[in-house]
Amino acid sequence: MAMCLAVPGIIEELNDEWAKVRVQGVILDANVALVPQAAVGDYVLVHAGYAIQLLTDEEAEETLALLREVAGMESESVDAQ
Amino acid sequence: MTAVEPINRASALELVERIRRLRARPATFMEVCGTHTVAVFRAGIRNTLLPERGISLVSGPGCPVCVTAAAEIDDLAEFALQERERITVTSYGDLLRATGHRSSLAAARAQGADIRIVTSAYDNLRLAQEHTERQIVFFGIGFETTQPGLAHTILTAERLGLENFTVYLSHKVIPPALRLLASEPRLRLDGFILPGHVSTIIGEEPYRFLAEEHGLPGVIAGFQPEDILAALYYLLRMREAGTPRILNAYSRAVKPGGNQQAKALLKEVFAPADAHWRGIGTLPASGHVLRERFAAFDAHRRFGLRRVRKDTAGFGSCRCSEVLLGLISPPQCELFGDVCTPDSPVGACMVSSEGACANYHRFGGLR
Repeated sequence: MAMCLAVPGIIEELNDEWAKVRVQGVILDANVALVPQAAVGDYVLVHAGYAIQLLTDEEAEETLALLREVAGMESESVDAQ
Repeated sequence: MTAVEPINRASALELVERIRRLRARPATFMEVCGTHTVAVFRAGIRNTLLPERGISLVSGPGCPVCVTAAAEIDDLAEFALQERERITVTSYGDLLRATGHRSSLAAARAQGADIRIVTSAYDNLRLAQEHTERQIVFFGIGFETTQPGLAHTILTAERLGLENFTVYLSHKVIPPALRLLASEPRLRLDGFILPGHVSTIIGEEPYRFLAEEHGLPGVIAGFQPEDILAALYYLLRMREAGTPRILNAYSRAVKPGGNQQAKALLKEVFAPADAHWRGIGTLPASGHVLRERFAAFDAHRRFGLRRVRKDTAGFGSCRCSEVLLGLISPPQCELFGDVCTPDSPVGACMVSSEGACANYHRFGGLR
């Protein structure tokens, strides 16, 4: 197994700290103790039998926030000159 | 300068165009994580966009099997063989074929040792419950991505009162390795593509020193071709602007503070300790030991095994140590693809699916 490879999947069932997670059509058992807020229907990142983080669909927001930072850097560098 | 337009769900081609609009200047960046090495090959840019723009992208030490000390592999292989009547050693699959100075877990298994592959630390608890007559010893390697799962496993073992499960801990933490790489004079890096899934756990803050103390930008990146291209674009852009920062370009999986629950478990179970990185050396506070409360689960203590704090690389004429530091590209090693192949690996970098050598071999003669 690849040690740093984590795969996204959707939680289909939840029983205490164990989830059935669908990853590319395959159901995996994953422990959700590291993401105690996880609920059925959530997307999680699974690594070595553990869900390590909830995934959010905030790609657009992510990109915009970065662009603001890049833009900020530009004005800073202009000011510095 | 034209305003930066949103690259909202930018396509790979748009990102390539953005990179092409920046002034081409030689730059050397490192992708720290072995999974990123794979992603860079999948993006198909190693012999196209990168040379066209004068960008050199070197692979780093982010392959847990590759940096596991040879002496630890020997010690555990020999222990498993000597004590095969009562000991079962478990490990992630990649580690089985990695060779120490004298042996490997696969070789010990062929000689009769009980060595089993697990895909999760938690599997050890089931094994321990099914085989109460045997001691289950887990070879615990891995970076921050993997460590919280083991912390949870150990806490569960404590709760269950398991007396036949221990861990041979060989964890590595990434920031001390980055500190070494950032100040390595032979490398002269211009920035880092930072490991996405390690960051899922530790967040953004542990990387700040790269920008603040070393003036090097870093981008936490995902693993799609677009993520790699976006990371390169931001690195080039920050260099052009002369404002190095740590940017999180993978916020769909990485929160600024990381995973708080995972970090709390890490702190509860593990204490920092010096660790030996194969081919790199011993780095202060770059590994873990179990805290006193969990001494009963410490294989070193229970079985009187030495803690490896110093070792030689043990790669023979193979140049894995230079590969791990990004000083050479795998095909520059004389053994690459000839004496050393994934079917018959000499060095650990050719063993693991995240090893730089294995990936250069797998994806053809691309440099």
